[in-house]
Amino acid sequence: MTAAIEVRDIVKKFGDFTAVDHINFTVQAGEIFGLLGPNGAGKSTLIRMMVTLLPPTSGTVLINGFDVTKQSDDVRRSIGVIPQAMTSDLELSVEENLLIFAKLYGVPRDTRTRLIRELLEAVELTQWADKPVKNLSGGMRRRVEIARGLVHEPRVFFLDEPTTGLDPVSRTAVWTMLQRIKSQRDLTVLITTHYMDEADKLADRIAIVDHGKLVALDTPRALKASIPGRAADTVTLDDVFVHYTGHDLRDALQAPSAMDSPFVMRR
Amino acid sequence: MHRALAIVERELRRFRRSPMLIVMSMIFPLLQLIVLGYAFGGNVKHLKLAVVDQDHGVPAVRIRELAGAVSAGARTLDIIEYVDPGEALSDLRNGVVNGVLEIPPDFSRRALTDQQPRVALISDNTDTFVSATLAGTVNSLVGAFNAPVTVQRVESVATLDVVEVYPYVPYIQYLLPGSITMSIFMMVMIGGGIIFIDDKARGLHEGYLVTPITKLELVAGFNISGTIKAVLAGAVITVLGSLIAGVPNPLDPIRLLRMLLVISLTSFALISLMFLLMVRVTDPLLPRATFGVLNTVLYFPSGAVYPQAGFPGWMQAIAVVDPFTYAVHAFKSLLLKNTGFGAIGYDLLFLTLFSAIAMTAATALFKRTL
Repeated sequence: MTAAIEVRDIVKKFGDFTAVDHINFTVQAGEIFGLLGPNGAGKSTLIRMMVTLLPPTSGTVLINGFDVTKQSDDVRRSIGVIPQAMTSDLELSVEENLLIFAKLYGVPRDTRTRLIRELLEAVELTQWADKPVKNLSGGMRRRVEIARGLVHEPRVFFLDEPTTGLDPVSRTAVWTMLQRIKSQRDLTVLITTHYMDEADKLADRIAIVDHGKLVALDTPRALKASIPGRAADTVTLDDVFVHYTGHDLRDALQAPSAMDSPFVMRR
Repeated sequence: MHRALAIVERELRRFRRSPMLIVMSMIFPLLQLIVLGYAFGGNVKHLKLAVVDQDHGVPAVRIRELAGAVSAGARTLDIIEYVDPGEALSDLRNGVVNGVLEIPPDFSRRALTDQQPRVALISDNTDTFVSATLAGTVNSLVGAFNAPVTVQRVESVATLDVVEVYPYVPYIQYLLPGSITMSIFMMVMIGGGIIFIDDKARGLHEGYLVTPITKLELVAGFNISGTIKAVLAGAVITVLGSLIAGVPNPLDPIRLLRMLLVISLTSFALISLMFLLMVRVTDPLLPRATFGVLNTVLYFPSGAVYPQAGFPGWMQAIAVVDPFTYAVHAFKSLLLKNTGFGAIGYDLLFLTLFSAIAMTAATALFKRTL
């Protein structure tokens, strides 16, 4: 199997602070790969380097064989990204959001129309196609973003905590949708999440990151079996998580976010 | 370039769903045009002038009659007779009257013996407009007093004939070019700067940065869409403002086309400036805080409300690099003088160069990564 994602000795420093510390892993084509870790572990920094939003301090990341620093445009053409924040245009309709992104990726007009129709069906938003995104619920908005991220038929799909903030029903709907879409397409998925049950059910392999380092990487079953003194079928992924990252609260200062500004409209 | 056009399409689709944006960008300039135009454009009338006649001779009475004629005719003055000069002066200091015309006791004797008769105008100079109007009016009054009874058929002294090349331009028309520029600027700041930073703060830009769009395409897309929005605002206020201000032939198609070109160049210059200022900004508070400052620093030195020749050196220095200056000058030439492009060639050149430099610098500073 060819590797869809190769991360080689990647490091990211912000001044004196090392956010990602010599991480190595490979994701095979067609895998669903879970990236877990406590808050501030470096997961989002890692994923941002993989999707060309942040340049690495050192190390190499290859996405579909393209180097993220030297062949950024090739990487961007071959990936779909769902960032942690909701980034769909609230004033535009569902269909318009997909249309603009299809044009950004240079999807030809006839292919564009078909793809948008298929994706709206896949995420079950066909009847809401002409409605402004601001009138949709959180779960529906996430589905818009999933469809938007797939409108150019990428080979690798990155999702940064896609179900955070959604109610259980919406979360289940999003995951069911993702699995269905993945089964219909040749797609590699890398996902970060805090929901252990999702990672347990859906990921082929899971990497656990803590303090910027990779502390564990294996299938969910193997990770559960690695906990000493307990039978694997009595161990949950929560237990695995705590085993590898510890019980301490991760209190830490962080840079103020522009999202904290009172002038940012929260919808 | 298709990706830049996709950004333009996205921005214009959003704009279409925000009609209040164009209304808000025009309300303030229109209000300013109407209020300032009529507040400053009128003639000062009904100034209270206290007249203290300590002489009561025939020449003194003539002075009082001339003042009464001004009061009855042009109504510049309202005459109030005082007996006590001390009381008149006290009322002047207390703001009851605007000036005191004092005719001294020896006025008539000096007038009849040609010994430099004098009257005194004591005015409240804390209001320079009022004191200047009073001085001018009383000066004319004294001039009328001095005019010979018999008028010569042929004047032997030099006289001045003032010829106005253009029809009378009320102050509201003088203000219109500045209001058009202001409207463009407001659209650029609200519809461009503030929304751009708000989107950045919401993380919206991340969605675009992970696509293959280049820096130049992203900057060009934002600038072109910002220009289109600003052109719409400028064009609407040109027509509305011209009708309100009473510009002759407001819908002259040739002039409107010329105006459209200058509006487009001005819009591109101002959106490029806005982008350059905001390209590294992430805090949504900053564009809101700087909006008012920029407004003042760009608008008033431009000559939009007062001639630049009257400015101090530092303000004239700002005016030289201020794109508002060239836009206002160009609009004044087209709207008030109905000139062609020959009269505004330098303005067009400056706005074009300014846009090119600002856009190049903004593109260089724009971060393609977070």
